[in-house]
Amino acid sequence: MASVAAQATSRGSSLIAVIADEDTVTGFLLAGVGNVDLRRKTNYLVVDAKTTVKAIEDAFKEFTTREDIAIILISQYVANMIRFMIDSYKNPIPSILEIPSKDHPYDPSQDSILSRVKHMFSSDPTGSTDRV
Amino acid sequence: MSGSGQRLNVVPTITTMGVVKARLVGATKGHQLLKKKSDALTMQFRQILKKIVQAKEEMGEIMKASAFALTEAKYTAGDNIKYIVFENVDTAIIKVRARQENVAGVKLPKFEHFSEAGETKNDLTGLARGGQQIQLCKSAFVKAVEILVELASLQTSFLTLDEAIKTTNRRVNALENVVKPRLENTIQYIKGELDELEREEFFRLKKVQAYKKKEVEKQIAKNKLLLEEESRKDAGHKVDQDGIIGEQEDEDILF
Repeated sequence: MASVAAQATSRGSSLIAVIADEDTVTGFLLAGVGNVDLRRKTNYLVVDAKTTVKAIEDAFKEFTTREDIAIILISQYVANMIRFMIDSYKNPIPSILEIPSKDHPYDPSQDSILSRVKHMFSSDPTGSTDRV
Repeated sequence: MSGSGQRLNVVPTITTMGVVKARLVGATKGHQLLKKKSDALTMQFRQILKKIVQAKEEMGEIMKASAFALTEAKYTAGDNIKYIVFENVDTAIIKVRARQENVAGVKLPKFEHFSEAGETKNDLTGLARGGQQIQLCKSAFVKAVEILVELASLQTSFLTLDEAIKTTNRRVNALENVVKPRLENTIQYIKGELDELEREEFFRLKKVQAYKKKEVEKQIAKNKLLLEEESRKDAGHKVDQDGIIGEQEDEDILF
């Protein structure tokens, strides 16, 4: 794990990837997170009605394996489509962040991290040892 | 789990006992230190948990605000700004930098966002109309990114710490429940074995002593017998005493 962190520091600067609906992506691109490299590869994926789950999976896989990405922002409803992949993703870097989107209200109970946090909060007084 | 399985397979000598005792001391110290580390990590972990929940809630608000800003921008500048925005993507302006924070020997990655200086093509977006709204929208999203980056570093710390705490606790438990009892059992075993050896040795010495005593007595008796015989040759009236001594001799031998 320390090596992963060391890797991240040695890289200097990293990108933020976005997988979300068109509006959210537009907003983030406007803010300036977008990046297109020499091979016309983008660090964002626009998910609309026509996007297949397979395409999302592929993008997710690509973003998680890319060296220069430190954070992946993913709309919660998109995250729900590939929930199994997100739940099985364990590495600290890049970190996955589920964000609310305009059309889909944010549901904290579906967030994989937040559900773990909540779980720990509820089981904390009794279960500080059963995490072992 | 039985008694013999719970100890190390060693030769029971004093030297080995010294080594095992030193190991036990080391294990105890290590256990204490790891316990402290685990406590420190857990404390940090709790703090991060609280912060995460807070930040997640904050994020909801910010995202709502930025989505609203985008709607405003779209209303004033027209729906086609998104095409312009998509067209103008070049290199990222906002990037993150990772640095490390050290908590009890666990390196936690922390993200810091920073803007790379430079004009973007997007600066001229909405020059015709709705420029102000677009700039507002932009700053709203920049703010959102700030929060999200912070949240991401919290989340990463959370995962890293979780993992670290698990490992540490596993080590603490292994030391406490496996290594230490095993070492203690070994010491117990060696002590028992050494005591046993000592008893054996003592018994052996006793035996040897008894044997030597017997030998000496035998020798004395023999000598006496010889002496008697010689004196018998010298004089005949000493036969009675001889007989008495002879009887005593016999009894001794029987014992």
